[in-house]
Amino acid sequence: MRYLPLSDQERADMLLRIGVETVDGLYADAPRDALLAKPLDLPLRRTELEVERRLSALAKRNVAAGDVPFFVGAGAYKHHVPASVDHLIQRSEFLTSYTPYQPEISQGTLQVLFEFQTQVANLTGMEVANASMYDGSTATAEAILMAHRVTRRRKALVSGGLHPHYAETARTLSDMAEDEIVLLPPDPLATEDLIGLIDESLSCLVVQSPDFFGNLRDLRPLAEACRARGVLLIAVVTEALSLGLIESPGAMGADIVVGEGQSIGNGLNFGGPYLGLFATREKYLRQTPGRLCGQTHDAKGRRGFVLTLSTREQHIRREKATSNICTNSGLCALAFSIHLTLLGEKGLRELALINHANAVALVEALEKTPGVEVLNRSFFNEFTLQVKGSAAQLVERMAARGVLAGVPVSRLLPKAGLDDLLLVASSEVNTNEDRATFVAALREELSLGAGA
Amino acid sequence: MNKEGRPTQPQGATPHAPKTFTGARALQIHEALTFETGRNDYTGVDLDPPAPFTSRLGGLERKSEIGLPGLSEPEAMRHYVRLSQKNYAIDMGPYPLGSCTMKHNPRLNEKMARLPGFADIHPLQPVSTVQGALALMEELADWLLQLTNMSAVALTPKAGAHGEMCGMMAIKAAIAARGEAATRKVVLAPESAHGTNPATAAALGFSVRGVPAGPDGLVDTQAVAAALGPDVAAIMLTNPNTCGLFERDIVEIARLVHEAGAYFYCDGANFNAIVGKVRPGDLGVDAMHINLHKTFSTPHGGGGPGAGPVVLSEKLAAFAPVPFLRRDGEALTLVEETDGADSFGRMAAFHGQMGMFVRALAYILSHGADGLARASEDAVLAANYVRVCLNDLFSAPFGDRICMHEVLFDDRWLKDTGVSTLDFAKAMIDEGIHPMTIYFPLVVHGAMLIEPTESESLVSLSLFIATLRDLALRALRGEKERFLGAPYYAPRSRLDETGAARKPVLRWTPPKPAED
Repeated sequence: MRYLPLSDQERADMLLRIGVETVDGLYADAPRDALLAKPLDLPLRRTELEVERRLSALAKRNVAAGDVPFFVGAGAYKHHVPASVDHLIQRSEFLTSYTPYQPEISQGTLQVLFEFQTQVANLTGMEVANASMYDGSTATAEAILMAHRVTRRRKALVSGGLHPHYAETARTLSDMAEDEIVLLPPDPLATEDLIGLIDESLSCLVVQSPDFFGNLRDLRPLAEACRARGVLLIAVVTEALSLGLIESPGAMGADIVVGEGQSIGNGLNFGGPYLGLFATREKYLRQTPGRLCGQTHDAKGRRGFVLTLSTREQHIRREKATSNICTNSGLCALAFSIHLTLLGEKGLRELALINHANAVALVEALEKTPGVEVLNRSFFNEFTLQVKGSAAQLVERMAARGVLAGVPVSRLLPKAGLDDLLLVASSEVNTNEDRATFVAALREELSLGAGA
Repeated sequence: MNKEGRPTQPQGATPHAPKTFTGARALQIHEALTFETGRNDYTGVDLDPPAPFTSRLGGLERKSEIGLPGLSEPEAMRHYVRLSQKNYAIDMGPYPLGSCTMKHNPRLNEKMARLPGFADIHPLQPVSTVQGALALMEELADWLLQLTNMSAVALTPKAGAHGEMCGMMAIKAAIAARGEAATRKVVLAPESAHGTNPATAAALGFSVRGVPAGPDGLVDTQAVAAALGPDVAAIMLTNPNTCGLFERDIVEIARLVHEAGAYFYCDGANFNAIVGKVRPGDLGVDAMHINLHKTFSTPHGGGGPGAGPVVLSEKLAAFAPVPFLRRDGEALTLVEETDGADSFGRMAAFHGQMGMFVRALAYILSHGADGLARASEDAVLAANYVRVCLNDLFSAPFGDRICMHEVLFDDRWLKDTGVSTLDFAKAMIDEGIHPMTIYFPLVVHGAMLIEPTESESLVSLSLFIATLRDLALRALRGEKERFLGAPYYAPRSRLDETGAARKPVLRWTPPKPAED
C-alpha cells in the first residue's frame, strides 16, 4: 500500500522486538468476539489511477459553476480566486501542520493568523477578531451564546432577514441549551419593525445586512435602540465582499460582527469547508469563543506570535469554557488572508464595485422584463425576483436550458408562502453574455408559462 | 585571464557566527507584516473598472478608509513562502502529536477535491445538477456505517467538537422524546477526557460528573456503576482512551449505561487505531464522531478545517440532524427540513464539509478494506515499537503494558534532573522533530503522549527513538542547559505567553508618529 512504508520483514522484526507473535496480539484488550478475524467484506485497495478515474466520473455528473451562466448565491458566492492563493495554501508547511501549539516552530501560521485577525477587525470595523470559526452559521449561533454571557440574559431576537439556515442553526443550539429565541417571520421587503421589539429582556438582536433577500439595512438606529436597553447588536454578513463597498457594521454600532468569509479566497465546495468570521469589542474579549493569536516577544526580545487567552478555551477550562470549539478553519483563513492581501483595500473596493455594477446591470435588464419584479429597494450583488408561479420549477427549467438561475426561496423556507420568490446573485464572474442568456432564457420560460 | 577562478574549498572560518545586517540567518529570513510593507492604494489583482452606473446601495456606501494593504503577486509569494518556512509540517519530519493523528496527507486527495465537479458546485444548485456529489456523500456514508456497524450517519458536523455537539444533541432529543428531559441532566466524563467533552455537555445544559480512572489507566467500571443513576443522560468515553489504551471493559460499561437508561457517546478521536479491526457498533456505542482530519487523513491545515461526521445507533438514528440523503431509485435527494419528524434540526448551513468528504473517500478507496486495517495495525505497531524502545529510560504511568496507536509517558523519570516535560519537548525542536503532545491527558503528571502514526518508515522511527534516547540520557546526566534554553535553532526562542495574555495585542495598529 503506497502510503504505508513498513515492509513485511520490518513488521515481523518490530513484533519480535515488542514481544508479541502477531499484530492481533497488540489488540489483546479488545473484546475477543469484537475483534474482526478478517477484513470486512468491502472493496480492497486501489491504485491511484483507479481512484482518480472513479472520483472523476462522479465529479463529471455535476454541473460546475464555471461551465454555465451562474447566478446562485444565498450565503455562498462564486468569485474568481487568483491562482497564487491555491498554490500557496498547498505549501506543505501550511497544509500539513497542526494547530500552532509549539509557537517556536509555528510562526508562519501564527503570523498569518495575526494578519488575518487584523484584516477581519479592520474590514468589520471592530476592535478585535478571532482566528476563525467553522462558518457563518455556527459563528452566529456562538455570537448569541456570547451575548447571553455578556448580558446575563438568555433571550435572543432574530430578524426575519437572517439567512434561514443560520436562524435554524441558532434555534437548534438555543433550544438545546434551554435558552429563549424569537425568530421573526421572513421579511423579503425589509419592513419589519425591530426597534419596537427591543426591550430589556433581550440579550441580543441579530440582524443581517445585506440580508437574506439582498436588502441593505441601516444598523445605526438599531444600534442606538439596543444600546439604550443594554442589548447587544449582532450584525451578520454572509457576503464578505460587500464590506468593500458598504459601511462597516462596526462603524454603524454593532457589538459583535459575524460572517461567512467564503467569498474571499475560498471556492464553493458544495457548502464546505467555509470560514466563520468573528469580531467584537475589546471589552468582550474574555467572553469570545475560539482561538486568538497575540503578539509577544521571545527570550531574545524578537517579535513573535502565540495563541493566547486560552483560559477561555475547552482544553483549559473544560465545562466552563466559552465554547467547545477546537479545530477551526485555519487553512480557509489563510486563503482568505492571501486573497485579501493581493486585493488590498484598492482591489477590494474595485471588486466590490464590479459586483454591484453587474448586479445593477442585471436588475435593470429584469426591470424591463414583463412578468417579473425586483423587490429590492437596495442591494449589493444579490436581489429577490418575484416571478409568476413556482420559482423552484422555474429554476429547474432554467437549469435544463443550461442556466443556473438562482435559489428559490422555498428551498430554504418551504412553508413561508414565498414560492414565487427567486434569489439571484451576480458577481464579477458573470459576463454580459451570461446576463443576456439569463434574461433571454427567462423571457422564453415566462412566455411558455403564460401560454400553458 | 584569471586562471584561479573562484575558491572551491572552504577557507578559514570565523570564530563566532557574525550578526547579520538583516537579522536573517541564510534561509531563515525575517518577514515583516503585510501591514508594514503593503500599500492601501496598491492592488495585486488586475480588475476592469465598470462602466458608469447608478448605485443602489441605499445611501450605505462605505466612507472611511478600511486599512487593508495590498501586495503584488511576487511580493505576496515571497511573504507567504517565507512565512511557511517558519512552520514545521508532517511533510518535513515526524509530528508525533498524541491524540491529534498527524499522518501523511496524500496529494491525490488534494487533486480530487479540486476537480471542478466537486470544488466549483454550489450547495443550493438544483439537486438534479449535483447527483455525482450526492453519490459521493452516499458512498462515504456507506463506508463509515460499514466500518462502524452503526445505523445512521450525520455528515454535517464541521469538526470533532461539532460532532460531539451533534451526538449529544441527538441524545438530548431522544431523552426528551422519552419524556425525561427534566430528570436526566447529568453527563459522565472520565477525568482523562478531551476538554471538548465536558465543554460540549455544558453547552447543552448538562452538568458534568467526573469518573475516575483506575490505577491501570482504564475507566473504573465500579466507579461508572456508582455514578450512574436516573439523573444520567449519557456517558462520554473515548476509546481507545486518551492514555492510548483500549477500554477493556467497554462492553460491560455500555451494558451498565444502557441498563441505567442512559446513552453511550464515544469520542472517536482515536478511531484510527481500530478501523477495520473493531467496529464501535459491536461495543454498544450509541453515537460517535469520526474526525475525517485524523482518521481519514484530510489535512490539518494549521488548525482546520476538519470534518466530524457522527454515526448513530438504531435508537438514535431518527434524531439525526437535517439535511440527510434519501435515495429514490436512481435519484438522490436531500431532506433539508425536519417536517415534524424526530430530527433535532439543523446544526449548520448547507450540507457539511464536502471538500473533506472527497479527500476522505479518496483515502478510503485507496486503502480499501485491507489497507485500512493494515494502516490501523501499523499505527499500533509503531507506537508499541516506540514504547519498548524507550521504556527503560522513560516512565510509563500505568506500567509496562501494550498500548494502542499512542504511547503515554509521564515525567517521573525526569525527577531531580531540573528538566521539565516542556524543556524536553523544546529540545526535541532543536533536533528537527516536532514534540509529542505534552501535559495531556491531565490525569498524568507532565504527560508525554507520542503518536507516531503508520506513516513513519522504520528508518525514521529508529532515528526518532535514537534521538529521544540521546536527549533522555543527556537530561539524566545533568546537561540542563541543553534543555532550559531550548529551542536554540528555531526561528524563535521561547515566547512570552504570560505577557501575551496579560496585555493582549491581537491586531496590528499603526505606530504612533515619533515626537519631535
